[in-house]
Amino acid sequence: MSSNPAKIFLAALLVNNIILMRFIGLCPFFGVSTSVATSVGMSAAVLFVMLLASWVSWILYHTILLPLGLVFLRTAVFILVIAALVQFVEMFLKRYVRNLYSAMGIYLPLITTNCAILAVTFFNINYQFNILQATIFTLGTALGFALAIILFAAIRERLDDAPVSPAFRGYPIAFIGAALVSLAFMGFTALFGIS
Amino acid sequence: MDWSLVIKSLLTLGGLGLILGIILLIAAIKLVVKVDEREARIRSVLPGANCGACGYPGCDGYAAAIVAGRAPLNACSVGGPAVARQIGEIMGQQVTAAEPKVAVLICRGGKKEAPSRFQYQGAQDCRQAALLLGGPKACIYGCVGLGHCVTVCPVNAIKMGENRLPEIDEKKCIGCGRCVAECPKGTLVLIPRSKLVYLACVSHDRGRAVKEVCSVGCIACGLCVRVCPVGALTMERNLPVMDFEKCIDCGICVHKCPTKSFIDRAPGRPKASINPRCTGCGECVKVCQFKAIVGEPDKQHRVLPEKCIGCGQCVQVCPVKAIDLVGALGHALKTD
Repeated sequence: MSSNPAKIFLAALLVNNIILMRFIGLCPFFGVSTSVATSVGMSAAVLFVMLLASWVSWILYHTILLPLGLVFLRTAVFILVIAALVQFVEMFLKRYVRNLYSAMGIYLPLITTNCAILAVTFFNINYQFNILQATIFTLGTALGFALAIILFAAIRERLDDAPVSPAFRGYPIAFIGAALVSLAFMGFTALFGIS
Repeated sequence: MDWSLVIKSLLTLGGLGLILGIILLIAAIKLVVKVDEREARIRSVLPGANCGACGYPGCDGYAAAIVAGRAPLNACSVGGPAVARQIGEIMGQQVTAAEPKVAVLICRGGKKEAPSRFQYQGAQDCRQAALLLGGPKACIYGCVGLGHCVTVCPVNAIKMGENRLPEIDEKKCIGCGRCVAECPKGTLVLIPRSKLVYLACVSHDRGRAVKEVCSVGCIACGLCVRVCPVGALTMERNLPVMDFEKCIDCGICVHKCPTKSFIDRAPGRPKASINPRCTGCGECVKVCQFKAIVGEPDKQHRVLPEKCIGCGQCVQVCPVKAIDLVGALGHALKTD
């Protein structure tokens, strides 16, 4: 992985799009993409939690797990930390930032154990990023998530009005659509020499 | 075996869990948000059926919306006036009750009246049957008759009749509208509970096209629109549309309709009766659409009970108030 920030960002956003190329975080991708409005809310919540989670997990990994030689515990520790963090953030927002809470209140608990969040914390470590690179990578990944889910929600809104054969209505046609969008994103492979 | 690694792992994970737990505990105490106690009180007076008729997700959602000032206080049609008044007391506001509603079937084409085009042997569910060429019934607008509404009714107010049409028990119906939302043909609607007369046909075809597929379907002749004394009916896409605000429940359309497409919910209607004050002016004879009043000029007229439908038009035009409606059974429904 290149250390150029722009390349890290683009790789996370397009080339290795977390949903369409890595196939991580598919549950919200199908569950929340029924309308553009809800997918925007979900994307904002994911961006928020993903950034916080990647910072906290990066700091924990480099200050506790690595010095103590407990790297094998990272899955358990990260899940624990992320779950607690989301709980705390939810309570904090409910108390102090009421507008933000009501805007993404229902999505916050949904992403507590979202695999996309956990995956980003692992990628940050596997790629041996420093904290700045980790932030850029996380931003790119979260925006990639937003890009995929919002585009797909727009497609599904159109599909609702389209004369889809009854056998394909609903999830079947959504799966087919997702496969086609994913194929389209394969066009970004090796873009700018990033792999 | 390296025990120090095990101990370190346990301490790290356990310590981390303990610290996070304590942080969350403190946060739960410090950051507690006071829930508006009115919300809990409103929730306790709501019926708790979570039917969604108010337009909010369940009774909890409605209670929260009231406290936030986003919902009207009288939107609960299930609880009716009593609940609206209680909510008004909690919120400290005056409330006029929502008109309670009742679900009615607006199709009369059972298996006798509206024959099938083909024998349907698929899944016994209205929505699935309706996907197959619009359902087995020759009239593509009408009730499919497989009773999906029966399964969605939260209070078991609907059962299938012998004629393959759902029958709604108006005493049990809470007017939540769930059957209305689920019916694939739109043959169920909510009407104000106090209203007695409604059109029971949804066919947008006209004339012969209707007659060929259903013996009780509206043929769009427009007679009801012409006979309505208050202009409550208008013709739209080959169906008379009832304005419940204007309708006076006189029942003239019910009796005039050549295909008997209207339904009168009144269990009985009164009859007009003329007392000796009558001067024989003949105004009532002119207004009666059923030729139910006879009599010579300037002599007391009389009502033919077998022809009178109790619409009350004559009562209104009589200049000397000589006509009464006797036995007003039909309006007993309005009070319950």
